[in-house]
Amino acid sequence: MSNKARSSPIRSSLVHLALIAYTLIALFPVFLTIINSFKDRNAIFRNPMQIPTPTSFSLIGYQTVLGQADFTGYFQNSLIVTVVSIALVLLFGAMAAFALSEYRFRGNALVGLYMAIGIMIPIRLGTVAILQGMVASGLVNTLTALILVYTAQGIPLAIFILSEFMRSVSDDLKNAGRIDGLSEYAIFFRLVLPLVRPAMATVAVFTMIPIWNDLWFPLILAPSEATKTVTLGSQIFIGQFVTNWNAVLAALSLAILPILVLYVIFSRQLIRGITSGAVK
Amino acid sequence: MNEADTPLEAAPIRRPFRWHIVVFLAPAFLVYTAIMILPLIETLRLSFYNNVDGAPAFVGLANYQVLFGDARWARDFWNALTNNLIFFVIHMCVQNPIGIALAALLSIPKLRFAAFYRTAIFLPTLLSFVIVGFIWKLILSPIWGVAPWLLSLAGAKWMFAPWLGQSGPALIAVSLISVWQYVGIPMMLIYAALLSIPDEVIEAAECDGVTGWSQFWKIKLPLILPAIGIISILTFVGNFNAFDLVYTVQGALAGPDMSTDILGTLLYRTFFGFQLQLGDRSMGATIAAVMFLIILAGVSFYLFAIQRRMRRYQF
Repeated sequence: MSNKARSSPIRSSLVHLALIAYTLIALFPVFLTIINSFKDRNAIFRNPMQIPTPTSFSLIGYQTVLGQADFTGYFQNSLIVTVVSIALVLLFGAMAAFALSEYRFRGNALVGLYMAIGIMIPIRLGTVAILQGMVASGLVNTLTALILVYTAQGIPLAIFILSEFMRSVSDDLKNAGRIDGLSEYAIFFRLVLPLVRPAMATVAVFTMIPIWNDLWFPLILAPSEATKTVTLGSQIFIGQFVTNWNAVLAALSLAILPILVLYVIFSRQLIRGITSGAVK
Repeated sequence: MNEADTPLEAAPIRRPFRWHIVVFLAPAFLVYTAIMILPLIETLRLSFYNNVDGAPAFVGLANYQVLFGDARWARDFWNALTNNLIFFVIHMCVQNPIGIALAALLSIPKLRFAAFYRTAIFLPTLLSFVIVGFIWKLILSPIWGVAPWLLSLAGAKWMFAPWLGQSGPALIAVSLISVWQYVGIPMMLIYAALLSIPDEVIEAAECDGVTGWSQFWKIKLPLILPAIGIISILTFVGNFNAFDLVYTVQGALAGPDMSTDILGTLLYRTFFGFQLQLGDRSMGATIAAVMFLIILAGVSFYLFAIQRRMRRYQF
């Protein structure tokens, strides 16, 4: 952007003031939780706003949490469900997006429209029958049930985003591949997929957040101890310990941590993905 | 099978059947159809059935009659629907204007620390409802005293009340927590829309002396209307399908006295049962069907009435 905005110092400091104010609102609760999770019980109540000092520092909350609940197990479940679902969404979504954007065949627009229904209509509304189906196929309380649901949930948006990007892959490149005798599968896997990798990363991030944070399907399809996800696990755990503030704050901080780390790693990718329509 | 006959030859020259199209489409199509579309249809079908003398039987619209007419059901249903509408209105009036304002500020060219603000303001959106719900429950708790302390900084300690425990303010408090969490989404989408306005348009406006406020209202706002339409429909769908936040903050009974009950929690309680109430599959399916119709109506209204009229800016 080269246009020079005439920015008076007063105006720009007002802008910064407004943004800083909102940033504080956005970050304050998270900050408050994390600092208090490292304090002893007295300090939590007497001075909620104070950062932990050597006298008030305490890890008792973390000891309680890690000693009582199987957070590593929950974490592992969440990780398996999220990673497998994302992989399936990306693979299936990219394949379908390629078919829809590359080939002209009868019913193309219809299939595209059919797949797009899922962008707007939430899969949750089918829960009654999904649970029935999972019971019938014996998948209740398995991670497979969650993976299947999340894959179905993620596919529509993945197809939508990826087909936009695949249309922008040059036809000459693909035709050159065809002349060189590459099969359609080779063109997809060896030429097109590497080129849409940035879009795949975007889809991965978008798919990941709702899966990792979902409470509804773990609660209904996989509430057993062995299949609890982090979200459900911390929900139940915190529910049991409402009066043990140390444990609650520590559990919350532990649940925030993975997201915070992922966000720090992926935030540029994520934000670029959202704004990619704009800044090409 | 639907996808078997879709990739028929369209070209006049006879080519061999293009199996690869089927192979590319099949996995996504099958998973999506089996886990999403068929259950949705099955749920809609179940809403016309109920147990009569211990056996499932077709009852026509009787379930709907019970839901809208029966004293006990109707009270819960209309209560949840009203609360859900208020929930949505608060989002539209608070979340989206704040999102637009933040995006407008962030899109000021050569703004310092813009990336930092963006990252920070978007962070709550990534947190799960469980975290957000509990954090705010703690902050608003009268036991901890963080909220009264914050209010006392502004000299308004008298305003504090245990909002989450009072039936009137509880719904507003829960809605505002949700707004706090989700303001990042409208902000990002509007931000992207603002960045996509071509520089020439802005330069032309500046040549004509249209700057600052009036530039935003007269030039930028009309150009981002399509994005505002999108965030509105996303808010609508998200709100009428919300569940998690109310469940974590107020529990499945959506207290106090069901004042924060929305359709999602009503569906959960009805279908799954809670405490003394037994789960009822048919009524659950009926509520899901009603939610489906509401969302479908909203989406259709958006697609046919709003999106058609708005011409996208082509660049």
